[in-house]
Amino acid sequence: MKNMRKHGILNRRTLTLIIIALSVIIILAVTAAGFIMDEELYAPHFAEKNLPPSGHHLFGTDWMGRDMFARTVKGLSVSIYIGLLASCATSVIALFLGVIAGTFGKYASGIFNWFVDIFMGIPHLILLILISLLLGKGAKGVAIGVIVTHWCSLGRIVQAEVLALKDSQFVKASEKLGKTKLWIAFHHIMPHVVPQFIVGLILMFPHAIMHESSITFLGFGLPAEQPAIGIILSEAMKHLTTGMWWLAVMPGISLLIIVVLFEAIGSHLRMLLDPYSAQE
Amino acid sequence: MTDSAKHDEILLSCQNVSFRYHKGPWILRNINLDIRRHERLGLIGPSGYGKSTLSRLLAGYDSPTEGEILWKGKKLPQKGFCPVQMIYQHPEKALDPRWKLKRSVSEGWQPDEELLKRLNINSKLWFSRYPNELSGGELQRFCVARVLAPDTEFIIADEMSTMLDAITQAQIWNVLLDEVKKRDLGLLVITHNNSLAEKLCTRIVDLRDINGAF
Ligand SMILES: Nc1ncnc2c1ncn2[C@@H]1O[C@H](COP(=O)(O)OP(=O)(O)O)[C@@H](O)[C@H]1O
Ligand SMILES: [Mg+2]
Repeated sequence: MKNMRKHGILNRRTLTLIIIALSVIIILAVTAAGFIMDEELYAPHFAEKNLPPSGHHLFGTDWMGRDMFARTVKGLSVSIYIGLLASCATSVIALFLGVIAGTFGKYASGIFNWFVDIFMGIPHLILLILISLLLGKGAKGVAIGVIVTHWCSLGRIVQAEVLALKDSQFVKASEKLGKTKLWIAFHHIMPHVVPQFIVGLILMFPHAIMHESSITFLGFGLPAEQPAIGIILSEAMKHLTTGMWWLAVMPGISLLIIVVLFEAIGSHLRMLLDPYSAQE
Repeated sequence: MTDSAKHDEILLSCQNVSFRYHKGPWILRNINLDIRRHERLGLIGPSGYGKSTLSRLLAGYDSPTEGEILWKGKKLPQKGFCPVQMIYQHPEKALDPRWKLKRSVSEGWQPDEELLKRLNINSKLWFSRYPNELSGGELQRFCVARVLAPDTEFIIADEMSTMLDAITQAQIWNVLLDEVKKRDLGLLVITHNNSLAEKLCTRIVDLRDINGAF
């Protein structure tokens, strides 16, 4: 009985690790497959137009006879790539600004909060479209749009965490033991903020990917010749009335799965990194 | 300064100190209190009357809303090792949960083996642990060792032993009192336990008698 319980706890931790590892592997595999994929795989084959999903074409083919599975993988890979770039950049900004706002007194906090309120007040999508249009659409516009709009919420989490830590008894004690502010920032504050930051960063990926897809879907993002998931979905909408459901459903579900996988990595990583619940 | 004058020297002094959290009600109002080197002062009063708040002001963790705290007639130094050190009721909050105890205990100075032994700190076993792996009594020993640095001149113990069992309580107080006497440190004992204060202290002040807020 006792052994069995021990076994159960061990399994939960192992299970968490397995879920993270599997999700990472799937995402990496999709991204890599998209990058090294031969263009021939999603080239038009007019002899095989409008085929529903089958063993030969897993996701069917479209009105130009392009294999939808290959297009979806390619599209996802592009989206993940842009999402990763944008998420990393915006998270670094969030960390930097959040730490500064938390560390340097009232004025820094005031300016920071003012900017955050402005960026959080405007709907992301509108700001994204504006920035993308300004920068001439394309991948660069989308990435910069995501970077500019997404640092606020994570920045605020970082700031709140820094403020709470600065007030904590062990930081006060450290100050009185003669440690400088900079020393405390590196040795007491950072080790607490970084795990939170990493989880926040990973949970940012699905946001970035969804935003990239949605503005591309609306026609303000990546150009039509790029096999992005947003392009695939918006093209599919035009053909939905003809009964070719697989054009939208299969890529849509794939995008959803990728987003769910990112969420899974983030939430399971949080369970691992939280020392208070993890070491139980 | 002659020896007896030094003995009688005022170390910490509250001058018309008032305090409130943000715009809340006054917790402390017009407090005047001198603490001399030769005495061991006990500050008593029921919980919620602002004892911990006053101890945070005296230790320089917070600043008074009005009035001044003076250390030997001057402001407490803001930078560098502070001569006034505090031991807090909750040792688990006074130690970084992500630091091993060896690192925490030597954050301000390197405590010698002899002191660790007297505090019953099992360095072999405990140094490589994290705070959440030890009991409150074990952690409090580390906090005591940490503040007994050579440059410490005054110790504020805020309900230091309230959460501990009787044996641990006696052990820790014995070591602390020994050090205070040997090194002629100032000591402020904050407690809601009158009999503990009577046992340890040479003078007792009830916060209700000096706090204009109540
Ligand atoms: N950080 C805080 N913010 C606002 N009010 C506080 C804070 N800390 C303590 N108080 C209030 O100050 C009063 C005095 O608390 P405290 O100094 O802890 O008393 P004691 O140590 O005598 O029990 C209490 O009413 C408490 O609610
Ligand atoms: Mg208290």
